[in-house]
Amino acid sequence: MSEEILKLSCRDLRAKIAKGEVKSNDAVSAVFGRIERYDGQIGAFLSTFKQDALERAKEIDEKIAKGQSVGALAGVPIAVKDNMCTTFGVTSCASKILENFHSPYNATVIEKLLAADAVIIGKTNLDEFAMGSSTENSGLKKTVNPWDKSRVPGGSSGGSAAAVAAQMCFAALGSDTGGSIRQPASFCGVAGLKPTYGRVSRYGLVAYGSSLDQIGPLTKDAADCAMILNVIAGHDEKDSTSVDEKMAPLCDFLSGIEKDVKNLKIAVVPQLFEGADIEVIAGVKAAIEIYKKLGAEIIEIKMPHFEYAIAAYYLIATAEASSNLARYDGVRYGRRTKNAGDYIEVYTKSRAEALGAEVKRRIMLGTYALSSGYYDAYYLKALKVRNLIRSDFTAAFGKADCIMMSTSPTTAFKIGEKTADPLQMYLSDVYTIAVNLAGVPAISIPCGFDKSNLPIGLQIISPVFGEERLLRIARMLESQTDFHKKKPEL
Amino acid sequence: MTNGDYKVVVGLEIHVQLATRTKMFCGCELVFAAEPNSRVCPVCLGLPGALPVMNRQAVEFAILTATSLNCKVAEFTKWDRKSYYYPDLPKNYQISQYDLPIGSNGFIEIPIGNGATKKNRIRRVHLEEDAGKNIHTAGPFSQVDLNRAGTPLLEIVTEPDINSAEEVRLLAMELQRIVRFLGVSEADMQKGHMRFEPNVNLHIKKDGREHKTPITEIKNLNSFKALEKSVGFEVRRQFDNFIERGEVMQSGNKKTFGWDDVKEVTVLQREKEEAHDYRYFPDPDLVPVVVNEKWLGEIKAKLCELPLKMQSRFISQYGLSDYDASVLTIDKATAEFFDSSVKAGGDAKRVCNLITQTGLKIANEKNCSVAQLGIEPKRLAELAKMTDAGQISATAAVTIFGKMMESKEQPGEIAGKLNLLQKSDAGELEKVVDEVITANPQAVEDAKSGDKKSKKAHGFLMGQVMQKTKGTANPQVVAKILGSKLKA
Repeated sequence: MSEEILKLSCRDLRAKIAKGEVKSNDAVSAVFGRIERYDGQIGAFLSTFKQDALERAKEIDEKIAKGQSVGALAGVPIAVKDNMCTTFGVTSCASKILENFHSPYNATVIEKLLAADAVIIGKTNLDEFAMGSSTENSGLKKTVNPWDKSRVPGGSSGGSAAAVAAQMCFAALGSDTGGSIRQPASFCGVAGLKPTYGRVSRYGLVAYGSSLDQIGPLTKDAADCAMILNVIAGHDEKDSTSVDEKMAPLCDFLSGIEKDVKNLKIAVVPQLFEGADIEVIAGVKAAIEIYKKLGAEIIEIKMPHFEYAIAAYYLIATAEASSNLARYDGVRYGRRTKNAGDYIEVYTKSRAEALGAEVKRRIMLGTYALSSGYYDAYYLKALKVRNLIRSDFTAAFGKADCIMMSTSPTTAFKIGEKTADPLQMYLSDVYTIAVNLAGVPAISIPCGFDKSNLPIGLQIISPVFGEERLLRIARMLESQTDFHKKKPEL
Repeated sequence: MTNGDYKVVVGLEIHVQLATRTKMFCGCELVFAAEPNSRVCPVCLGLPGALPVMNRQAVEFAILTATSLNCKVAEFTKWDRKSYYYPDLPKNYQISQYDLPIGSNGFIEIPIGNGATKKNRIRRVHLEEDAGKNIHTAGPFSQVDLNRAGTPLLEIVTEPDINSAEEVRLLAMELQRIVRFLGVSEADMQKGHMRFEPNVNLHIKKDGREHKTPITEIKNLNSFKALEKSVGFEVRRQFDNFIERGEVMQSGNKKTFGWDDVKEVTVLQREKEEAHDYRYFPDPDLVPVVVNEKWLGEIKAKLCELPLKMQSRFISQYGLSDYDASVLTIDKATAEFFDSSVKAGGDAKRVCNLITQTGLKIANEKNCSVAQLGIEPKRLAELAKMTDAGQISATAAVTIFGKMMESKEQPGEIAGKLNLLQKSDAGELEKVVDEVITANPQAVEDAKSGDKKSKKAHGFLMGQVMQKTKGTANPQVVAKILGSKLKA
């Protein structure tokens, strides 16, 4: 029974729960069965809420039994990355400095999930404050890739990706600042959507790079991404950067998901195939061939400023981070040093003792970039590069409906392989970062496996607020392939 | 200070707390002296994940003030983060405005006595959020109250055009009058609604050269008295230091002083060896503010006649003295109450006297404005008219003023009930005068004599008439009749 339930998509599970064919209680029990059996090895969760989740599932089952109407995610067990504030449990950001932080409020996305009757089962591991590409920077826990436990799950939403891949939840929320949803989705063989900047409220998402951060779903397939996006998208008066719906009207992302996009024009960027792993390139090219067979036209374009994305990103994101993380000082909440002689030492020692090396590195980089005398040369120049990258995308979308490339230059790498060389680690985001700088939406879906049976991710990028078409384009590949249905043997 | 010719140069930074209902970037209500940390939310506490949302009212207040200070209002402005670590600053950065202030390049005209004014340039006007308060009174540790954190502050920076300690005070007071007229701030000094930071130095002429003394900044002054006294003290201190030690300005040696209110001296706080690096950058959590013409028009429609303009109008239009005009324009309610009463037919000088000599005294006791005493301009005008027409005496007018606050009755009705109406009918009064003259031949003789006794006798006869009329006779009319009778 539970094996059958675990195979269901969010859509099918919701439908069956609403019809009373499956109990939410059974779905929740099934995922906790998996968590209890496998999460000891995988390490996807930082915290779980079994009792509360079972009670909530029961309430939803009762509502359905009474014939009451239920929300769009009624009874569906969902995990959230532990950088989204919840009034239940801890919101740690995988950092020792917030190890025991209890938020007095819920992030807007959490409120929306709850209003849609989703069952939040736990909070997933991440690179500390979402800074990293392998989840190895977590200050609290190690997460491994369900496809190969000697490899990383990707990051920073590694816990969410691993939890979906290992069927320890039906969907998860992640956040993506430079690829943190798409890259782990690619490494773990699941679908991961980064919506347009401003599409989903950031209120209650613990900020890393505020102008880049965006919450999105990690799911079993693109259609489930559409289903979750339906629930979490929309303007929020608590987030000034969330988009006015008059400017970008919301639509039902799910209802037309199975409709092919006609006369599809796909742009590819030959320059970007250089530097990627041969097997990854082969996987992506094979996927593009499938689109070609479906009638798509493939055009080759140049993105002249793409190669500067990493440099610009590591100035903008770190500058914002250096300021965003200034509040973790041990004064009001979070961990405070026990060895402070005065208030300056409360700051310096609390931060020195509790923040991890990568977080410190980025704070220092960002502080430097914003310092007087360097601002113009670094931060301001990075903003100019960002504008050029935006215009690269605008030009590309003048010619094509979407751009396709690999999500990551490689499949999941070995644990410890890149930790000694931060620059190598940063380069693993070479294909995802430009998307955040431009604010456009992009999805990663599985498009094959390498010789080591590790998933390869195809990244599809579309114009701002083009999620509806983007998801349909992704769904076209899923309708022709079974890559997204393969599950790792645990 | 006789050893040379010097000029005082002062630039002033003023923080004005805006009278918005809620804080600058969250929905917490602004309440004075509330229980510590009771007016806070995730946003003003700087909790993880919380985001600021701009208070539109605060921006409108800022634009209104900038316009009144003759500033250019930015069509496009934005929010910047100013980074520094301090326990009362929850995010360890303050949301402020750096390179695109909401207003720039304006001026303020200040009254400097006898109807004369002086123009001082305003460099910039910008909005920012206030910090909380550190409290050091509970024991060997400090406490932080964040109720004030996030309060909207308007920072106004003048050019160094101010040339005396008195002028600094006058500018500050004029600014208080302006923000009160605009209704953008209560500008209550006791509640810390206005805080001042003057930058002071001297340009001294000696030996045919001009020497500049080091600039000092005096922090956190919150009264006009402290402002004027501290600047005066600095002027003397800098002058003495120059004369005694030849201390002059060198690059980067701006010093920060505090003000000891008890000893009345400035106290060195820290040397500003280097400018603090605040690492300003645009706040990515907030969107830029576009002030389009429509919005600007709506805001400007709320502009009122400013106090100085009203003051000079009262002088030119109503013939008031500069002193009276300045007293009447101390706040908008008083000024408008006066203006309306005059427009309702009251003589300006008479209305002015009723307000300044009677009304303001009562209003001060009741801690309200003259306009809130319960007397409408129309009734006050009527009271003024009756006084001018001799129907009541000036003393009776004060009594009637008091009664008018308690009832809606017209001053005439009150005067009638209290028997305060004066008899001004010459024919009727002549009869009484004749009776008095007949009854007091000795006094009449004395009065006519023209010697020492004359004045006293006059007074006695007047008194007799007032007594006979039970004090209701108009003394001016009686004096006139009596005068002519005694001359004959």
